[in-house]
Order: sequence, then structure tokens, then C-alpha cells
Amino acid sequence: MSSLRSITLATLTKDVRLEWRSKDAINSMLFFSLLVVVIFSFSFDPNAEESRQIAGGLIWVAFLFAAVVALNQTWARELRNQVLDAYRVSPAPANALFMAKVLGNFILVSLLEGLMAPLFMIFYNLRALGPAWQLIPVALLGTWALVVNGTFFAAMSLRTRSREIMLPLLLFPISIPAVQSMVEATRIILTGDGAARFWIVLLLTYDVVFTTACLALFETILQAE
Amino acid sequence: MKRAFPILAAVTALLLAYAFYEAIWVAPMERTMGDVQRIFYYHVPSAWTAFLLFFVNLIASVIYLVRRNAKADAVALVTAEVGVVFCTIVLVTGPIWARPVWGIWWTWDIRLTTTLVLWLIYVSYLVLRRFSESSQTPKLAAVLAIFGALDVPLVYFSIWFFRTQHPQPVIGGGGSIDPRMLHVLLLNWLAFSCFALLVSWARYRLEMFKREVEEAEALESLLVAGSGAQISKTQIPLSREPQ
Amino acid sequence: MNPAGSIKFLYAAYIATWLIHGLYIGSLVRRYGRLRERKKELGK
Repeated sequence: MSSLRSITLATLTKDVRLEWRSKDAINSMLFFSLLVVVIFSFSFDPNAEESRQIAGGLIWVAFLFAAVVALNQTWARELRNQVLDAYRVSPAPANALFMAKVLGNFILVSLLEGLMAPLFMIFYNLRALGPAWQLIPVALLGTWALVVNGTFFAAMSLRTRSREIMLPLLLFPISIPAVQSMVEATRIILTGDGAARFWIVLLLTYDVVFTTACLALFETILQAE
Repeated sequence: MKRAFPILAAVTALLLAYAFYEAIWVAPMERTMGDVQRIFYYHVPSAWTAFLLFFVNLIASVIYLVRRNAKADAVALVTAEVGVVFCTIVLVTGPIWARPVWGIWWTWDIRLTTTLVLWLIYVSYLVLRRFSESSQTPKLAAVLAIFGALDVPLVYFSIWFFRTQHPQPVIGGGGSIDPRMLHVLLLNWLAFSCFALLVSWARYRLEMFKREVEEAEALESLLVAGSGAQISKTQIPLSREPQ
Repeated sequence: MNPAGSIKFLYAAYIATWLIHGLYIGSLVRRYGRLRERKKELGK
């Protein structure tokens, strides 16, 4: 178990350090996220009452697109340097690699959300009428839901034609219950109309189910590339 | 075995014709909706058949992952494809029914929405199978089928709760059903199940034929390359036959 | 709701069902034909 943790940590810190040095991916993604917020703001210009109703949907759709951009480059470096082949023949548990990638993506996408959320609040003059602190578990659980399946499907898409479009094609249908939960929870918290508890619990369930499934089946699909 | 197919085809055709006759002329007219309600006899059996096919796909996918049995993989592919066809019919007849009765094309009806998500998942399954260039595509597809199966209960719950917050019309009613209508419904389901079996069987044979041809082509190109002869264009097997 | 005019939706639904089945079976027939062609090419 400790080897799993140490490999995960080592891979994660390597990824973070590499990304921090070049800042390739993060810069283009930050700008992309900003563009998404602006375009949505031009497209939907509701008044304060309406905006609280629809902001949940807008924000999470925007996050979804930003996440896809981030997820698509998950395995790019590994692919270039034949790291996956090395993992296939090494005794190191594949799950360590997977968890490192998921955590890396989680940090990256959370960073993007951290930038986009205040911008949305500004453009839409948002103010939560319900318990705003609940937005944090919603964001954490929701981001994890997208990122854990997204990293998995990114690995599945590695050897497909049109790899970049394959990832969202696989990810979006499976993510529907998670996205619905995120959107509804956000709407409830912003409008203060009802309790978001059910949606948060559903998100948690989704995360547990799919994290388990990904960990159980990652080795299988790694061998499949 | 060879003769069973035409026999099944004949039986199915008869069943479908008889079930159609019962649906249009024998089943009692519904009080509030009128004759339009008869769409029910095609809409619901198609849904049940699609779900059955997807269930078989799940079983076949698990068997494939555990045993690497090529036939299980073929069954998985076949049931996914035929399942999508039936699922498409559910999604088309649903709105056609809803429009005259409730005045709207779409409603977040729990069964219809779950069917939509299943359709999306299985279309993505078929896209993966077609676009994947890994030699292990069957394994990837099987994993996707499992993910889809895990997703379905979550989808159902999330829509169920959504509807308690945003009340919507229920397509097809939730109450008890007139026994005469039930009889016609079950008859149509039997007929469509036989039809699904027939089509799946045909698709399975097509798939086996396709694999046989592809293997023969691969073998031929190997032999030709081995003998050092010129490979003419027609003998190079295409890895992706244009569909 | 207009029970009289809504009968055309019934026709539409039944026709759509068989149209979709027909298109699918048609595609199977076409694929089969193409495979037979390829098999003939092999025999040559």
C-alpha cells in the first residue's frame, strides 16, 4: 500500500513540476476558460432573478468544456515518451499512475474553476441566497466526478481515430447524473429554494461507484493499448 | 440449425401481423386519448426489448472480460447495435405520442429520459468500436458497457428526484392497465422479441462472416508478402471497410 | 387534444417504427453484399 502511495506521489509531483516549469497547458487553458465565461455572458444576459435559476447550468457546462480541454492532454506526455509501455512491463501498480493522473487533473481543473467562478459571479451579479458554503462540497465532488471518469476515458481513447472528440463522446453520456446533480445543487443553493442534500449525496455515491470502477478496471484497459 | 432461421422468420412475421391487428382493431379504445393511445403497443414493447438487448450486452461483455471468448464479444456487438435500433424507435414514438396527447414533444418523463441516456451511452459504445484502432477494442468496449450499466441506476435516481422538484407529465400513465390492453401489449412484446431475436441472429451471422473474410484477407496478404510476390491493390485488406 | 386529428400521429408512429427497422435491415443486406464481393476477390 505504501508503494502505491509513494509512486502516486512521485508521479504527481513530477507532473506538477513539469507543468509548473513550462506552464504550456495551464496558460492556454486559463485563457480558454476566460473566453468561455465571456462568450456565455454575451449569449445569456438574464436579470438577477433568472440568473440565479440558470447560473448553475451555465457554470457547470462551462466547467465541463474546460475540463475536457484539460483531460485531453492527460496522457500526451506519456504517449510521447512511451511511458505506458514501461508501466505495462513494470511491477508497479497501474493504479498508482492512474491516481496520480486523476489528482493532477483534479488540481488543474479546480484551478480553472477557481478562476472562472468569480468571473461568473461578476458577470451575472450572483449572490447565493442559500447556504453558500455548500457550494464547496458540490464543486469538489462534482469536479472529482468529471475528472476520474475523464482520465479513465482519456486512456481508453488513446488509440482511437479522432482521439480528442472520442473523450467527450464517451464522457458526457456517463456523466449525465453527475452533471444533473451539480447543476441542481448549485441552482438550489443560489436560489435558496429547498435542500441540496439529496444531490450532494447522489454526487458522493457517483464518485464512490465510479472511482471504484476505474481503479478496478484501469489495469485492464492499460493492457489494452 | 439452418432451417430454424426461416421458420423463425415465418413465425415472427405471423406474430407481428397478428399483434398489429390486435393493436389496431381489437384492443379497446382508451377513454381520454382515443386511438392515438395505440402507439403504446409499439412504444412499450420496443422499450422492453431494447432493455433486454442491453442486458444481454452487459452479460456478454462481462463474459468476454472474464473468458476472452470471441463469440461473447460478437454477441455484445450485435445486441448493442440492435438495442440502439429499438431504443431509437422508443425515442421517436414517445414524442410522436406525447405531442397530440400532452401538447409537448418532450417531457422529462423518467422512463423516456432513462431511455435517452441509455441510447447515448450505447451510441458512444458503437462509436468507440468503430473508431478504436487498438487490437483490444473488444476489451475497451466491454469495460464501457460495465460503466454504462453502473450509470443507469444513478440516472434513474437523479431523474426521479428531479421530477419530484419539477413536476412533469408522465407518458403512458402510471396506473393499472385494462387486462384486455395488457393482453395486446404482451402479444406485441412477444412478437417484437421474436423479431429482435431474428434480427440479432442475422446480424450475428453477418458478424461471423465478416470476421471470417477479414481473417482470410489477412492470411492472404501474409502469404503473398511471404512469397515475395507483388501485392496487388485488391489484396490489401482494408482495416476499416467503408460502411 | 383533438382525438379526431390525432390519428395521423398513430400512423406516423407505426410507419416510423417500420421505417427504422427497414433501414437497419437494409444496411445489413448491403453489408452482406459487400462482404460477398470481398470473398469473391479472395477466391481469385
